[in-house]
Amino acid sequence: MSQLEQKHSNAKIYLTVWFWLFVLSFIAYFIDMMHLSFGLSAVLFTLIALMKVGLIAAYFMHLRFEKLNLVYAVLSPLILLVALVAALLPEAASILGTLTMR
Amino acid sequence: MQPEAKTVSLEEVMKSDWSGGKSPFGISWGKLMMWIFILSDLFTFGGLLTVYGALRVSSGRWVETEQVFALHLFGKDLPLLLIAIMTFVLISSSGWMALAVHSAQNHDRKRTVLYLSLTCLFGLIFLCCQAYEWTKLIKEGLRPWVAPDKPPFFGIRNFGACFFTLTGFHGLHVLSGIIYLLAIALRVAKGVYDRRGSYEAVEIAGLYWHFVDLVWVFIFTFFYLF
Repeated sequence: MSQLEQKHSNAKIYLTVWFWLFVLSFIAYFIDMMHLSFGLSAVLFTLIALMKVGLIAAYFMHLRFEKLNLVYAVLSPLILLVALVAALLPEAASILGTLTMR
Repeated sequence: MQPEAKTVSLEEVMKSDWSGGKSPFGISWGKLMMWIFILSDLFTFGGLLTVYGALRVSSGRWVETEQVFALHLFGKDLPLLLIAIMTFVLISSSGWMALAVHSAQNHDRKRTVLYLSLTCLFGLIFLCCQAYEWTKLIKEGLRPWVAPDKPPFFGIRNFGACFFTLTGFHGLHVLSGIIYLLAIALRVAKGVYDRRGSYEAVEIAGLYWHFVDLVWVFIFTFFYLF
């Protein structure tokens, strides 16, 4: 086993992340129960989802301990997904517009 | 005016990760392949989720997800309870997987097998919940592009298509993950990785399983909560 592995193989980190994933899920569920306005809850849900995904990727998937080359190689192509959303959602809105006009 | 060329010594070039003869990503080829697979799969789910968003926006209105996924318990409807249970089950399985990777790094054969089995068990519970959910909705008359013309479905045809595609695709990933993890657990139990002197296969399987959990976070948020 390499020294690097030994340093990062710490069960405490995993348990802490596990705990926070539970807490964040509970918070998301409670926000849903509170019936806030759509915009506010959408922002909160997205923030919580990004926090959970960040925790999973950084600690469970060890991305935080990998070389920056790998981190960039994994994260940078995701900008294309943002482009896909930016392209499709206005399109969907305009389809809705033509449907309701009829 | 010509810009001044910056001179770089050969030693400096050779220091770079990309100068050749080095491993620029600092991980084994197996792990790198898994990362590349995960990236491509992320685009698959990203595409599916984006199309779901587009279909939902262009539908103008949507089903009442809280009612659709309510669980009837103790004489009353508890909204979204089933999904909450499924989320906690999947997070738990991811936690067991993290512990399995931890034990694998310490070359602890028995614990690795134990935690891998627990991971599979929780994955199986998740699939059972999903089978229950599918059965319930199919009995209520939901099909791809067919929806009952009454609350909470309101005859929104796109809902069934999005639901069965997204959750079906994710469930398929969970199912293949369980088979994958069982195969790895069997090899750990047989002592294959002890003889090889490396438990990296467990770490690579862990990457896949955590990815499946990561995708569920997005589906849970954008499909069920929104």
